[in-house]
Amino acid sequence: MLKNALSFLLVVMTTLAGQAQAALTIEIVGGAAQQIPIAVVPFAQPTTQPENLATVINSDLRRSGLFRALETRGVTNQPHDLAEVKYPEWAALQAQALVVGKVEVQPNNRLKVSFRLLDVLKQAPLAGLEYDIAPAQLRSTAHKIADVIYEKLTGEKGVFDTRITYIIKQGNRFQLQVADADGANPQTVLSSVEPIISPSWSPDGNKLAYVSFEKKKPVIFVQSLVTGQRQVLANFKGNNSAPTWSPDGSRLAIVLTYGANSQIYLINADGTGLQPLSHSSGIDTEPAWSPDGKWIYFTSDRGGSPQVYRMSPLGGDAQRVTFEGGYIVSPRLSPDGKLLTYIRREAGRFRVAQQELSTGQVQLLSETAEDESPSFAPNGRMILYATNINGRGVLSIVSADGRTKQRLSEAGGDVREPSWGPWTK
Amino acid sequence: MNKNLVMSVVLVSLLAACSSKPVKEEPKAAVEDKSPVATQTAPKAESAPAATTAPVSDVKTSVNPLTDPSNILSKRNVYFDFDKDEVKAEYRPLVEAHAKYLVANPSAHVALQGNTDERGSREYNLALGQRRAVAVKKVLNVYGANDKQIETVSYGEEKPKASGHEESAYAENRRVDIVYAGE
Repeated sequence: MLKNALSFLLVVMTTLAGQAQAALTIEIVGGAAQQIPIAVVPFAQPTTQPENLATVINSDLRRSGLFRALETRGVTNQPHDLAEVKYPEWAALQAQALVVGKVEVQPNNRLKVSFRLLDVLKQAPLAGLEYDIAPAQLRSTAHKIADVIYEKLTGEKGVFDTRITYIIKQGNRFQLQVADADGANPQTVLSSVEPIISPSWSPDGNKLAYVSFEKKKPVIFVQSLVTGQRQVLANFKGNNSAPTWSPDGSRLAIVLTYGANSQIYLINADGTGLQPLSHSSGIDTEPAWSPDGKWIYFTSDRGGSPQVYRMSPLGGDAQRVTFEGGYIVSPRLSPDGKLLTYIRREAGRFRVAQQELSTGQVQLLSETAEDESPSFAPNGRMILYATNINGRGVLSIVSADGRTKQRLSEAGGDVREPSWGPWTK
Repeated sequence: MNKNLVMSVVLVSLLAACSSKPVKEEPKAAVEDKSPVATQTAPKAESAPAATTAPVSDVKTSVNPLTDPSNILSKRNVYFDFDKDEVKAEYRPLVEAHAKYLVANPSAHVALQGNTDERGSREYNLALGQRRAVAVKKVLNVYGANDKQIETVSYGEEKPKASGHEESAYAENRRVDIVYAGE
């Protein structure tokens, strides 16, 4: 009885969510020079489940640009656990790695998901895990498995089981949404007929700070993604904008005008303890903390055109960081603090660039002309940004080496202001 | 108009019902939107100062100088170059006229709404729109307008008047609007 009621509820909610919000669709362009050929055999799982886990895992691995997902349907044996694997069949397919797994329904209606990652050449298991999950966690479990595979084979932590936030404009309606890193499972955090901009993740991934114009001027709100509760963080005279959390989550850097030019302030996460930080006669905005909390990078036009500067959150003088290009905005640091990404105007085009902080070396990463708001993935391997294709806002992801690009778009909507969320536990 | 507002409220609540995670809606955002509509339908505040402005317009008292197409005060747009906030010489007479109007009508209040084109970052453009509004305010001050009569606000690139993606649309959107209280 209870079981039936629960599954009915699930079906209803999924259907409604699907109707209200179509997920972002993905296109992938390019890939790394060296790709690992991998075969992910379709999982043994109840056919009533909407998607085979192998589909989600394959799609994750392909999006990274580092893997070549092999077609497995031609192989007669379709193994689902170690005992069923016949290695020569997969060696013949030229797979270096093989993934097999299954989903079993347990008596309590929870699911048991198990998989094995195997080295085809050495004929040896590389990893294997079991998950005891609720049915709703099936897709995120596929992302977790893809993360394990990615880490085992590349030596770096994966970002498939992370989330992104962005604003979608449809007609005259603005929605702040949070979705899985592949654009699936979008959830609306806030819906408004007035603009919403600059969403920023708290370091624990549980909250978003953002700017809403619902009070007819820019005001900063903080909203919990767990309870949905929200509160005004800053509603001072003039504009309140550009919130970014300090790495320890205790305070935020924000931008206020008090009726004059935009300057950077610090404020505690509970809205107390406002203190001014920058003091210039120009525009100082878009603060971004270094991961060690020692610097705040920001956009300033104090030198005549917008460039990136940095200063200590304790105050003092600002140092200029960017020198090439007449218009540089939206700085964001890589998670290891070594790279800076920003938007640079180049012959009338606004493109994503990446600068190595130790050498000052700059690489342009995008080929588009109206790029905005870049942010690094938590492992630093990819940069998510907004761009304009045929007059419509879409999201793009470029690998840090510039070789692999993904595009996430939604038909009938303008997507903008993306930000990649942190790893959560 | 009212139908649209009701529609958006309904949509908002529908969405709230659809979310399968505990995400929060803010119906106030849609509800609060009614207020500007309401103020637009109450233009009395605007015609009141007009009656006291005979010295400026020196024509029939029945004509509101702020809306009379033959009066420079009916012109409300100051345009800017890309990434610039200088009030160009061609717009000085317009801003000067509004300054004189404010001096002659101490009860009049004006909002200077700064806007930018869509290129570049939204936050930088929000700051730039603000600086454009402040630039117009400074010119008003030069001609004697009181700070207390002036409010500056920036919409950055968020409320484009022209929706295209070419220079003519960009030029139209690089703009400060002079809006009197009650309009």
